[in-house]
Amino acid sequence: MPDRFVSRGFTGRRQQPDQAARLPPGQYLTTDFPVLSAGPTPRLPLDRWSFTLEGLVKDKVTWTWEEFLKLPSRTFEVDISCVTKWTKLDMQWEGVSVDTLLEHVELERNAQYVTAFSHEDYTTNLPLVDILNGQAFVAYKYDGKPLTPEHGGPARLVVPHLYFWKSAKWVAGLRFTEKDRPGFWESAGYHNHGDPWKEERYG
Amino acid sequence: MKASIEWQIATVKAVHPETHSVKTLTLKLPNWQRHRPGQHYDIRLTAEDGYQAQRSYSIASEPEREGEIDLTVERIESGEVSPYLHDVLIPGDRIEVRGPIGGYFVWEGSRPEPLLLIAGGSGVVPLMSMLRHRSVAGGKIQTRLLYSSRTFDDIIYFAELERLQGVKNGPKVYHTLTRTQPEGWKGYARRIDRQMLGEVAKPLGGSVQVFICGPTLLVESTADELVGLGIPAAQIRTERFGPSGPA
Repeated sequence: MPDRFVSRGFTGRRQQPDQAARLPPGQYLTTDFPVLSAGPTPRLPLDRWSFTLEGLVKDKVTWTWEEFLKLPSRTFEVDISCVTKWTKLDMQWEGVSVDTLLEHVELERNAQYVTAFSHEDYTTNLPLVDILNGQAFVAYKYDGKPLTPEHGGPARLVVPHLYFWKSAKWVAGLRFTEKDRPGFWESAGYHNHGDPWKEERYG
Repeated sequence: MKASIEWQIATVKAVHPETHSVKTLTLKLPNWQRHRPGQHYDIRLTAEDGYQAQRSYSIASEPEREGEIDLTVERIESGEVSPYLHDVLIPGDRIEVRGPIGGYFVWEGSRPEPLLLIAGGSGVVPLMSMLRHRSVAGGKIQTRLLYSSRTFDDIIYFAELERLQGVKNGPKVYHTLTRTQPEGWKGYARRIDRQMLGEVAKPLGGSVQVFICGPTLLVESTADELVGLGIPAAQIRTERFGPSGPA
């Protein structure tokens, strides 16, 4: 039985108990910030950047870069887990809570899901309840500095309680829908939801 | 692929050294499933007290080999899993794996466009699965591999790559050695740059399909240069590993 399988001669490298408790199953700690992307890193000029809330909203809203920077922002200190198995603790981000963004639209009653879409074709799907109540934000600074393109800058969605592919890089907006529509990795063998604590890696 | 990704206990059939820091494990799988070249497996190690560690490793073998897979593993000095795979694991040992995994960084030879593969170090592994598949399947699509290694002794699969490029319709293989070169070395002797990419990629035309796998900085710069040379980003698929360098 897999549960009782032991790898001959494997002892492993243990974390300090306080850190081990923050590691989801199958993850290891990294102090680096690895880059995972399916293609080349796009470089988006800020004057062409925009962020839109659309789909099942009464009136869709679009912000330019300058307008977005004027929205109330705050810092977020969160742990991030990538499905490729690294976890990084206490990452410092700055950006705008999705709750704050949603104050600018009225959602239709039948909005149940959201697709985060990027300036580069990338999409990822989430249940609406997974991005409300302080669970998600759009970040434009990391570690006190502007978010670099390889990490998703100018701005990326961050949803710390799900695997990091849900935190769409180069994010261009959120589209609210009634039905769930699998995104890029969700259509390529990865789990539809992606909760690291339930190890929802593969679909 | 849903049924394939349960954990299973594989048996180590062979351990084959490729270079001073790279070994290939041949694993026999009770629930073997045909993979797509470019995919990977997860390995999970479990200690006596239940502590577990997991890592992902690319499949090196072609999907036509039924019942078993080759995983080629670089020994990471500070690593937790690769030193075990290198220093402890021997034929006859059992090991937990699941896969095949991944649905984007894959090439199955079903498309007509020319193929450009670019590797840094052990990033050659998933590309080797593509080349082996192409060879076994009798593929004729024009194919080139540009492969960056530190030294001659760091080149993985050198002899087999020579054989592959020696046969009719075989891929063209271009090596570059970035640190030291043996006497009489005729390949490139620098990091991959725009001029090198132009020489290797241009003859394949504008519709070329590109797969790049290697350390983050190599993949970042190579993908940027290819976009600069006019290859649409949508035709470039990447897989990055290792440190991202100074943030």
